[in-house]
Amino acid sequence: MAIRDKLSGNEAVAVAMRQIDPDVVAAFPITPSTEVPQYFSQFVANGAVHTEFVAVESEHSAMSACIGSEAAGGRTMTATSANGLALMWEMLYIAASSRLPIVLSVVNRALSGPINIHNDHSDSMGARDSGWIQLYCEDNQEAYDSVIQAIRIGEHPDVNLPVMVCYDGFITSHSVENIELLEDDKVKNFVGEYTPAEYLLKRESPVAMGPLDLQPHYFEHKRSQAQGMMNSKKVILDVAKEFGKLSGRDYGLFEEYRMDDAEIGIIVLNSTAGTAKTVVDDLRDKGVKAGLIKLRVFRPFPFAELGKAVSGLKALAVMDKSDGFAATGGPVFADVRSAMYDFAKDVPCINYIYGLGGRDVRADDIAKVYADLGEIAKTGKVSSTFNYLGVRE
Amino acid sequence: MSEKKRRFVFTPESTWEEMPEGGLILDAGNADDFKTGDWRNIKPIWHEDKCKQCMLCYPVCPDSSIEVEDGKMTGIDYDHCKGCGVCAHACKFGAIDMVDEAE
Repeated sequence: MAIRDKLSGNEAVAVAMRQIDPDVVAAFPITPSTEVPQYFSQFVANGAVHTEFVAVESEHSAMSACIGSEAAGGRTMTATSANGLALMWEMLYIAASSRLPIVLSVVNRALSGPINIHNDHSDSMGARDSGWIQLYCEDNQEAYDSVIQAIRIGEHPDVNLPVMVCYDGFITSHSVENIELLEDDKVKNFVGEYTPAEYLLKRESPVAMGPLDLQPHYFEHKRSQAQGMMNSKKVILDVAKEFGKLSGRDYGLFEEYRMDDAEIGIIVLNSTAGTAKTVVDDLRDKGVKAGLIKLRVFRPFPFAELGKAVSGLKALAVMDKSDGFAATGGPVFADVRSAMYDFAKDVPCINYIYGLGGRDVRADDIAKVYADLGEIAKTGKVSSTFNYLGVRE
Repeated sequence: MSEKKRRFVFTPESTWEEMPEGGLILDAGNADDFKTGDWRNIKPIWHEDKCKQCMLCYPVCPDSSIEVEDGKMTGIDYDHCKGCGVCAHACKFGAIDMVDEAE
């Protein structure tokens, strides 16, 4: 029987980490992720886990320690936010290219400047090309479930890549919601033992990691790394299926909400999906054929699946909670629209950048997006492709 | 030196599917696979007649490029020598000269 509880997102993730019982956690506190290592260090102090907790002096050191530990053969986890993730930057690439399946909870927060501690996605979106798998979570339940699945995804021999589990700072990290936890032994069995093929402390066949790699072989190593990301899509789905049997909760590359006969739809990540679903329900009650796609897996990007999923719409809006400063919309929009070129070329698609720095996103705001889409669906005319939602002008 | 069986030998033809992922090096001494001597622009020339086999050059070479058999120097490994000249500096008998690679 599942355990019913009431936990904040950060508590839920810390509980998942306790159940996973990793070999090493190396972390440095930064709002709003601080509670994850804080709760976890209590588990360490109480002897609830066998984990070696490494208190480091910066996030660069945190990720460096994680790399060393994972390379040595230990299952390793950490958490961070915003500028902490930015300080990890060069090590993120080294973790991924060294094929080390570290699991990192990114509690999404606006990246300075101006300095701001509240939620948007400018931190993890900036790391989208670092070679990490990225899972996005709507609420505490999804964060808990995804952290457990992330272990199995990253460590799969066809993948061997680090995984970021992203959820919204404060909105998800600090809100207490109902949650269903798995029993400790079920999680333990699900994640199993970490048994990498090669690791630094393997006495019988020692290896070296992180060598200089010039023109003759670097490109081949990057091609191999890209294959790990390509392979991860199937592994993410297989792990989700297995997790579904265990928990009764289904996960895919993205969630389609009332999309079957939808004419207008939005693509959204993380907690805003919850707000937007109520708007979809209200519109459906009024006879408007509105739908929603909540993107769960942003890296690898579900190119064909997502392109096909929106091909039946009359108008689509992509919601970006970060500005890529491309002057042509946000990062999610760029990838979605690229997929649509192959699978949904004739569907008008517009972009909204919204909610930066924790700007509140109300049901009214989302309703306005659907109203704009209704107009586009009716007239077939797009007056503005790149838009800002909820900014004073 | 005893020849241990290598788990993977890198060649200029190695494909991405064959290579150990993540830049992993599976064997000690695999630097032998990488011909890095073409970085050199000055080159040590060994004069066997002047060499006293004192072995002062051997330990100072940063790249194990002084070839030795049965305790005696036999030549220089130009596939890996980068022309740093430390051996020539260490030699007290003028048995190693550095010359321009182009000559």
